[in-house]
Amino acid sequence: MKKSHRFYGHGIPRVKPEDLGGRLIVVEGADGSGRSTQIAELVNWLETSGRPTVQVGLKRSTLVSEELEKAQDGNVLSRTTLSLFYATDFADQLGNIIIPALKAGFIVLADRYIYTLMARDLVRGMDEKWLKNLYGIAPVPDAVFYLSVEPEELVQRNLSKNATLDYWESGMDLGFSREVFDSFLKYQTAMGEAFRKMQKTYGFDIVDANRSVSAVNKELRKKIGAVLDGE
Amino acid sequence: MKTFAESNFPGRLIAVEGLDGSGKSTQIYLLKRWLEAEGIKVYFSEWNSSELVKSATSKGKKRELLTPTTFSLIHATDFADRYERHLVPLLRAGYIVLCDRYVFTAFARDVTRGCPAEWVRGNYSFACAPDLTMFFKADLEVSLNRILEGRPKLKFFEAGMDLRLSPDPYESFKIFQGRILEQYMAMSGEFDFVVMDANEAVEKQQVLVRKLVSEKIDLKKFKRRSPLPLPPSLLHDRDEKEELEDKAA
Repeated sequence: MKKSHRFYGHGIPRVKPEDLGGRLIVVEGADGSGRSTQIAELVNWLETSGRPTVQVGLKRSTLVSEELEKAQDGNVLSRTTLSLFYATDFADQLGNIIIPALKAGFIVLADRYIYTLMARDLVRGMDEKWLKNLYGIAPVPDAVFYLSVEPEELVQRNLSKNATLDYWESGMDLGFSREVFDSFLKYQTAMGEAFRKMQKTYGFDIVDANRSVSAVNKELRKKIGAVLDGE
Repeated sequence: MKTFAESNFPGRLIAVEGLDGSGKSTQIYLLKRWLEAEGIKVYFSEWNSSELVKSATSKGKKRELLTPTTFSLIHATDFADRYERHLVPLLRAGYIVLCDRYVFTAFARDVTRGCPAEWVRGNYSFACAPDLTMFFKADLEVSLNRILEGRPKLKFFEAGMDLRLSPDPYESFKIFQGRILEQYMAMSGEFDFVVMDANEAVEKQQVLVRKLVSEKIDLKKFKRRSPLPLPPSLLHDRDEKEELEDKAA
């Protein structure tokens, strides 16, 4: 396995890029894009084929996940604070899970990565240069898949699953509309645009996830297989 | 980095910086008391004090979970919360805001911990510069003695134990503080620190602090227009008391 991962920017103290082996695979996509289902299937596939795999995701750190959840419920966070809170959550998982796993040659499957965090902030008008500096701590993944689903389809999937639309996933804090249904559509359209714009810089693979779970999974396996074989 | 005055805020921000044990907190407290007595709209904000972030920070510190990166980011989150929710609105409302430590604490500490200076500075680039920054510089030995005498148990991160400078917390603390002081001094000119001699007597320093502040800031512009209204509960009490007195008369 090729040993090395570059960082997007300065990286993190006392971690040498050349020590980072393993593979870092990212799956991005909105709630309802089938992300979690796809990741569960991929982990299953990778582990049965004998590849040690760990998972990371948003708001899963030991350090701040609880506090972040609480603060979001109270809806008292301003945008820079929210942004830095999520960055702290990411950095905690980076230092405690991603880096050690890559050093050990594991596969890291990330259920969303810095791109979702950046897209959310960009849609909220944060400075792109500021975000790039902040997330200069992130290692460049070996592959990034963006599960693209039309906002109209996302609405249907979210409602059939939860019978409600999440406040943050609807971008209600942005004041697009007082009605959550309209806000969701507008927000998810804006997020989709932000991803497509970022795709030009970060070159991720846009996967059409309007299709069936198995069709999408087949495509992902094929592409990840190629990444793992090309060593 | 523009100051609040240069960014057309009606309010002004005064920051104190220095090592632990430099006496800066005492000085800013006395400054606050004076400004309050002068009838000035004043607000005090302390480093690492946001209610929202505190429990995460103390958990991270207690369990020794923090890396240089998360240490830096969690303090930046704390600062951003105070900045956006308190400092900016107050400065827009024409307050004098006093900060016990400001972004320079992060610039000095996090860089000593190994974070790249440009990264740390970039993360804090949403903040304006103080209109006056006083750096309290005591001899390293003096600061160390003040801390080590009063609080013999040093905390893990406070002593810089995460840097593995020495297995002995006291030794580690000394080396760590020495390095932070070097970082502060290196940025002193760039950020217009007014360096205060913190070896002087407290009263003598405070005279100088008040002089500096009144020279730098036209304080009469920051006076409250009317005395602070009493809270409704007190008002009510007073009415009743007056009524009773009236009756008695």
